[in-house]
Parts: sequence; C-alpha cells; structure tokens
Amino acid sequence: MEGTAVPGRLTWQVATVTAVTQETPSVRTIGLGVPSWPGHRAGQHLDVRLTAEDGYSAERSYSIASAAGEPVAITVERLADGEVSPYLTEDLQVGDQLEIRGPVGGYFVWETADGGPLLLVGGGSGIVPLRAILRQREHSGSDVPVKLLYSARALSELIYRDELDGYHYGVEITYTLTREQPAGWTGYARRVDRALLAEIAWPAGKDPLAYVCGPTNFVETVAGALVALGYEPGRVKTERFGGTGGR
Amino acid sequence: MSPISHGFHRRHTVPDGAADRVPPGQYLTDGFPVLSAGPTPHTPLAEWTFSVRRGPLTLKSWTWQEFQELPAETVTVDIHCVTRWSKLDTEWRGVSVDTLLDQVEHDAGYVMAFSDGGYTTDLPLADVTGGKARVAFSYGDAPLKPEHGGPARLLVPHLYFWKSAKWVRGLELMDEDKPGFWETYGYNMYGDPWKEQRYQGD
Amino acid sequence: MDELDGNEAAGLLQEVFGREMTVAAATCASCGTVAPIGEGRLYTGGPGTVIRCRTCVAVLVVITQVRGRYCVDLMGIRALDMPPGNMAPGGA
Repeated sequence: MEGTAVPGRLTWQVATVTAVTQETPSVRTIGLGVPSWPGHRAGQHLDVRLTAEDGYSAERSYSIASAAGEPVAITVERLADGEVSPYLTEDLQVGDQLEIRGPVGGYFVWETADGGPLLLVGGGSGIVPLRAILRQREHSGSDVPVKLLYSARALSELIYRDELDGYHYGVEITYTLTREQPAGWTGYARRVDRALLAEIAWPAGKDPLAYVCGPTNFVETVAGALVALGYEPGRVKTERFGGTGGR
Repeated sequence: MSPISHGFHRRHTVPDGAADRVPPGQYLTDGFPVLSAGPTPHTPLAEWTFSVRRGPLTLKSWTWQEFQELPAETVTVDIHCVTRWSKLDTEWRGVSVDTLLDQVEHDAGYVMAFSDGGYTTDLPLADVTGGKARVAFSYGDAPLKPEHGGPARLLVPHLYFWKSAKWVRGLELMDEDKPGFWETYGYNMYGDPWKEQRYQGD
Repeated sequence: MDELDGNEAAGLLQEVFGREMTVAAATCASCGTVAPIGEGRLYTGGPGTVIRCRTCVAVLVVITQVRGRYCVDLMGIRALDMPPGNMAPGGA
C-alpha cells in the first residue's frame, strides 16, 4: 500500500527506528526508515504520534536533523516533565515502530538556491533544523558564507559539537554558554542579546538571510534584535519551540 | 490500525475506587494541562470588574475589592476536559454564581460567559445556579495563576471544562441559547461529560 | 506556557488544505498586517487549533476536528496569497 498516493496529501505512515545516537546525556538522534518517504528539505519537521496499549495517543513535532537526500532523522531532547520525549529518548529502540506524518513545513526551509549570506541562530534544541541547513549547504557544495550562533546552557549540552567543529570553509561558529563554562573558557558566557548579535552577526548591509530557532522567548529576543539592527523582517525566519512541558 | 508504541503510557494514577468518577473516554492526569485559544491576559486587579449584562446594558458590576467582600466557599471537585484528561479532587475557592445573580432581577434562560481576550461560552441558567457554578479565584491554597485563568475563572465542573471560562469578566443574560467560541466550531452546546456530549449532535 | 508559532501547525494545515500553508501570506482582517501563516501565534492542544495575528492578536484561523471532519474558519483573514508550486511534500 502506498503511503502518500496523492502529491500534497499528508498521511500518517509507520516508520521503523533504524539507528539511535546519543548526542548528549538528554538528547538523542533517531534515524528512521520510512517506506514511502517523499524526500524532505532542510528546516522541515515531522509529526510523531505514539499510541499506548489502552488507545491513548499523543502527538508532537520534531525538526528533521538531516539534509535533503539523506535518510530521515530527528533529534529529540528529553524534557523533564515531558510525556513523549522521555519515551523517545529512553525507551525507544532500534527496530521499534513509530507513526510519523511529514515532511511538513515550508516557511522555515532553506534550499541552496535561497542563497545568503546566512545567519543561523539557535537556542538549545533549536540547533536541530539549523544543523540540517548546514548539512544541506555542505552536501550541495554551496559556498554561501554562514555565521552560526549557538546558545546552550553548558558545554555538555551542545548538540553535534564534533560535527560543528568540523566545518571550516565559509562557516563561522560562535558558541555562548549561559549557565556554566569550562575552566579557561574565553567565549561568550551570557544570553544572546542585541549587543552580542551586533558583534557577531552579518551587517544588515550584506542583505543576510537569518534563521532563528529555539524557545519562544529566545526567538522573540533574537528576531527583535536583528530587526533593530536593520535586518529585513521578511528575511528573518523564525521557529519557536515549546518551553517547559510542551513535548 | 495505529502501531502500539510499546512501553508508552500516559502519566496518571487511578486511586482506589475512582474508576466510576472518570467519565467515558477520559483519562486521569496528575498534572494540570494548560490549554487555551489565545494569549494569557494580564488585567490589573485595579481595572478588573465582573459584570452581569443584558445586551448592552450592565445590570450590576463588582470591582475586585467588592468581589472579595462577597461570601466565598471552598469546594473540592473533579474536572473533565474535552481533550480527554480528567483530574480528581481539585480544590477551588470562589463566589457562587447564585450570589451574583441573586442581586439582579431577570428572566433569562441562558447566559454567555465572556472573558478577557474575547473568549465566550454559553450555558443554561439552570447549570450556573443552584450551587452548580462559581467564579473561582483560588486553586489549591493559592491565588489562581494567570495561565490557569487567574485572577478569576468560571468553574462549572459538571460540564466539560471548556465551559469553565478562564479570565472570566462577566455573564451576559440571554433569552435563547447562542453558541460561544468552541460551540461555533462544532462543540456541543451543553457538554455533559457523562453523556460524552463533546460535539454538536452527540 | 510558551506560545508557539504557525510552523507547528504545518502538518495539520497540509492535511486540511492539501498543500503547504505556512508560507502563505495572510492579511489580517483586523489590522491589515501581512505575514506568513508560519509566523502566526499558535494555540493548540485544546479543543481546537487557533492561529492569531502576531501583531494585533486577532484570530486568523480556527480549525477543529468534529467526528473526523475538519471545521475551518478563515474569516480572520482578509486575503491569502500563496506562492505557486509547493504541491509536493518534499520536492523542490
């Protein structure tokens, strides 16, 4: 039976977990095998539905962590009072099945033809779709210059650290660790604010394209600051993740 | 047929003998989900009023100060949300709607509760009187938090919880039943959880 | 409670409309602001899904699901502009 027989019509499909990778103590990347996956674009997400034996079901959305053409993967952060994320980050094993719907999203998407220069600003698990964008740029051989600003509470909570440190050509990465820093840390140690952005973001005159993703308050602060720095509002794309207990 | 997610379960506990307190199709929750149709309003108490209206006419209005001087009662009730969660033994403190409507002369058959932010929900007069409804300003032993409807919300526990309008600012008296916000979009005009009246036509 | 944006409703909107909708530019019937639906303020998890104008908070879209049928109200949108294409879920 075909999954999506009609282009544009979304249906729930059964996916099988093909791989799990522990990124940090509370974050896991889950690789999925989806029989009728139509392909996805960097920045899109997918909806996950879990059904318990008594029929109770819960749905959540997760950003796709991989580039177009790569196998589908999502990266999930375990939220302390979450209902779905503890299951996905602790109980789910390779070979288990999940219902997924997607890919979805068209607004927070970057394709190679969209160009740049790119400013990617991520807070916490907001890094996930930005990492997909970076992979997309890499895989397509694009030379669009990128600045990535990644805010996390501590070094141990940085997701994809080794992979990010591997980008050299045309990618400039700045971290800010807001709660605790390792001994000898010379980088930023505070929440992203307008002054920090003024120091590291592309000047507005370069007509940059910005993608901002993370908790709602983070996104509001950053997006507002970028517009105040002269960024074209239509070129500041935002995706807000739920905060406490949302997932 | 949805595949079962082995090991996935909802967070809940079912106290002994509580099974008959959970309406059909509902699940118990330990938490208190925060769900709404709009942003949390933050009306300063100095500007807050509760009004009883008939059309454009305000028949009676109380300031927060005046409201606090009305007799209030503490009740422990079970609540049931149409999204299928139920919570047992929730404790509230509030002013009975009887206390408010007793101060107004009227012959209305229905009310439309209205809230900050524009939310509305309709109820028969009989379902907000006779001790069945309160305007609640405390939950547990603390002032009602904004995300749960504070400073005051309607509390009508015998109906699905969308009828317990958060951020309530008054009741509009009506002769005929008219749909409020969710009722307009297909939800039941009455909403009895024991008859599973979730949608129009149930 | 953190407020989300229209991106999270992309799946629901695509199921309802048969195409990607978060890029569609909606003109708010209340204040006239034009913005992609993906930028709207999203309230969901309750009896239905509500998307509001980020500028003036007026309701743009309400979607409920009643016995398997979608009830959709777009009266808060004065005009809706959608780019051509965007039909295939993952294609360019």
